[in-house]
Amino acid sequence: MSGLEAVDIVKRYGETAAVNGVSLGVEPGKILGLLGPNGAGKTTTVSILAGLLRPDAGEVRFGGRPVAGDAGEWKRRFGLVPQELALFEDLSAKRNLWYFGSLQGLKGEALDDSMTGALDFVGLLDRGRDKVGAFSGGMKRRLNMAVGILHDPEVLLLDEPTVGVDPQSRNAIFENIEALRRRGKGLLYTTHYMEEAERLCDRILIMDRGKIIADGTVSSLAAKLPAENRLVLEVDAEEGEWVEGMKTLEGIEDATFEREGLVLHVGSIAEGSAAALAFLEREGIALRSIESSRADLEEVFLTLTGRRMRDG
Amino acid sequence: MRMVWAIARKDLWLFFSDRRGVVVAFVTPIAIAAFFGFLFSGGGSSERAKIPLRVVDLDGSAVSLKILDGLSGEEALAVTPQESADEAEELVRRGKTAVAVVIPEGFGDAAAHAFFGVGARPSVRFLYDPSRSAELAMVRGILTRYVMEAVSSETFTARTGRKVVDDALAGLENESSMEEADRDALRNMLEGVRGWQDRVMDGGSEQASGTSGGPGSGLTIPFDVADEAVTAREGVKYNGYAHSFGGMGVQFVLFTAIELGVGILEERRRRLWMRLRAAPVSRTVTLMGKWLGGTLIALMTMGITFAAGILFFNVRVEGSWAAFLLLILASSLLASSFGLLLAALGKTPNATRGLAIFVVLLLTMLGGGWVPAFLFPAWMQKLTLAIPTRWAVDGFDLVTWRGAGLAQAALPVAMVLAFTALFAAVALLAFRWEED
Repeated sequence: MSGLEAVDIVKRYGETAAVNGVSLGVEPGKILGLLGPNGAGKTTTVSILAGLLRPDAGEVRFGGRPVAGDAGEWKRRFGLVPQELALFEDLSAKRNLWYFGSLQGLKGEALDDSMTGALDFVGLLDRGRDKVGAFSGGMKRRLNMAVGILHDPEVLLLDEPTVGVDPQSRNAIFENIEALRRRGKGLLYTTHYMEEAERLCDRILIMDRGKIIADGTVSSLAAKLPAENRLVLEVDAEEGEWVEGMKTLEGIEDATFEREGLVLHVGSIAEGSAAALAFLEREGIALRSIESSRADLEEVFLTLTGRRMRDG
Repeated sequence: MRMVWAIARKDLWLFFSDRRGVVVAFVTPIAIAAFFGFLFSGGGSSERAKIPLRVVDLDGSAVSLKILDGLSGEEALAVTPQESADEAEELVRRGKTAVAVVIPEGFGDAAAHAFFGVGARPSVRFLYDPSRSAELAMVRGILTRYVMEAVSSETFTARTGRKVVDDALAGLENESSMEEADRDALRNMLEGVRGWQDRVMDGGSEQASGTSGGPGSGLTIPFDVADEAVTAREGVKYNGYAHSFGGMGVQFVLFTAIELGVGILEERRRRLWMRLRAAPVSRTVTLMGKWLGGTLIALMTMGITFAAGILFFNVRVEGSWAAFLLLILASSLLASSFGLLLAALGKTPNATRGLAIFVVLLLTMLGGGWVPAFLFPAWMQKLTLAIPTRWAVDGFDLVTWRGAGLAQAALPVAMVLAFTALFAAVALLAFRWEED
C-alpha cells in the first residue's frame, strides 16, 4: 500500500484496551472515515498513526515500510490536524505557520510560499498578520487545518476538525477537504457526526470500544440493516392492538410505537406508505403527519451496538 | 540547529508578545533588589543607625550619673533619660525603644562595695524588645564598660572610695574563714589603696587626681578598636546593592524558568506539544530548543537586572568580569534546566506553578538571596551548600564587592553548572514523551 496504514495495532492502559486490533489504510485520493462515539478510540488511533504513541502490538507503515524514529523522514509525509485548536493565540497566523513550517524543515522562499499557499487555501490570506486570539472559532479551525497542510503532506490526519464551528465554516472546511482529495491527498477523517461521514467519506470504519465493528461504504453499511428505510407517522391514537395489525401488512417489515410516533421499517417507502395510509383509514385513525427517511449510519451503529452514537 | 532556533525563537516571540508582562518581568527584580539593597546599605545614610535606649536613673548617685554621661556620649546609642521604670517598660512594649536600663536606688554605693567583695552585687534591670535581642547584647557590653569605669573611678578616689575601703578592711578582720597569710596580703592591698586615696585628698599626686589617667580616673578598657572593612581592595566600600542584585537576579531567573516549565505543560494541555511531536523533530532537538529559549530569556532578565544595578545603584564588578559573565551564564542555564525539570515532573500547569513558586522562594531564601547566608545559624550555613542558589549568590558576592578573580570564582561556577547538569539529567529521565 502506498499510503499510511495501521496493522493490527493495540494500545492498552492497564486492563483497558483503548485500541484493540485495529487495521486501516489511508489511500491517496480517498477519504477514510473513522466514525464512533466519544471514547471509542479514534483519537488514540490517530495518535499512534502520527507516531505520538507507541502501540503495544501491531505496527504502523508508510508506503509499505514500518515507520520509526522521532525525526524520521516519514513524518514529513503526513500532516496532523488535531481536534483541539493547537495554535499560539498570542502570535499572528503567519508566525504560527512559520514555527510549524520550520519544524517540518521548510525554510526561506519555500517556507514563505507554503505559508501564503496554506493561508490562501483556507481563505485567511488577508489575516496573516493578525493575532490568532482575535480570530473567530471558525477561522481558528481553518488555520488549524492550514498548519496541517503547510508542508504539502501526502496524507492528512483530521481528528474531528469541525468540532464547535458554525455551519458556514463547516462548509468551508468540507470544501477544503474535498479539494485536498481532488489533489490526490489521502485523508483520515475521524468524527462522531454521521452526516459528515456520509457526505465526505469514500469508505467508513465504525469504531466502538477500541475495535472496528463495521467497514464499508455508506450504502454497503446501510445494506446491513434489517430494513433500509423507515416511516414515522404521527397519529391520533394510543398504542393498541392495531399496531400489531400494521405489522401484518405487505411491504411493512416492522412497526413500533415510540415517543416520536409510529415507526415503520419498510422495504420501499412508496409501497409501505400506501399500505399504511390505507390501513389507518380502515381503522378510522386520523393521521397528523408522515415523515420518511433512508437508513443512516446512526441506524447502522444502533443496529450493531444496541446503543445510539451520542449515548457514547 | 535550525529547528532548535525555531523552537527558541517561538518562545522569545511568545515572551515578548505580552509587553506588559515583559516590563513586569524586568522591572520587578530591579525594584525588589533596590529595596533590599537600600536596607542592607544602612537606609541610604552613611551614618550607622543608633540603638534607641532609655535610661531610668533611680539612684542619682555620682556613679549612676557617670554611667549616664558615658552612655550619652556613645556613638552607637541614642540615649534618652526616662523618669520611671513603668514608662520605660511601656515604651519597650510599644516598640518605641529597643532597650531600657533601670539603675536601682543605692546602685552606686552597692556596686562600689561589691567591687571589693563586700555585700551583694546590685542588679541593673534590662527591659528589651525580644525582636531586637541583638541590640540588647550590644547595650549590655557598652553598659558594662561604663559601669566598670564609673565604679572603679569612685572607688579609687576619696569621695566614696574611702568609706568602701574602710568597710572592706573592717569586714576583713571579721572574716574567720580566711587564712592568715591571705588576710595579711589583702589588708596590705586595701591599705595601699587607702594611702592612694589620702594622696588624692591632699592633692599630692597629679596622676592620682586623675588628670593624666591612672587609677584616679578608674579602670578603663585596655585597648582601642580600629574598624576596617575588608572588601575587594582598599578604597572599595561595601555596597549592599551588590548582594541584593545578585540575589534577586537569581530569584527572578528561576521565576522565568517557571514560565518555561509551565509553558511546556500548557502546550501539552493545548495539544501544541502534540503537533510539535508529530513533526520530524528529535527529542534532543526539542529539549535543546526549549532550553535555548529559556536560557536566552533568563540571560536577558539577569543582564538587565545587573545592568540596572551597575548604572543606577553603583554595583561594581570588582573582581573578574569573565567570572561574572560565566556566573550569569551558569545561572541562566541552571534556571533553564530547572524549567525543564518542572515540565518533566509537573502534572497540571496551575498546580505546578503554585508549587514551583514556593520552591523558588525557598531556594532563594535558603541560598541567601534575601539576606546574606552568614546571618544563618552555622548548621544552616553548612546545609545550604547543597542548594544551587547558595553557590550562585555567593559567587556573585565574590566577583562583585569581594573582588574575586576567575580562579576563586571557579568553584561557585562549577557547582552551579553541576546542579544544571543534575537537573537536566533528571528532567531527561522523567520527561513524558508519549501523547495520547
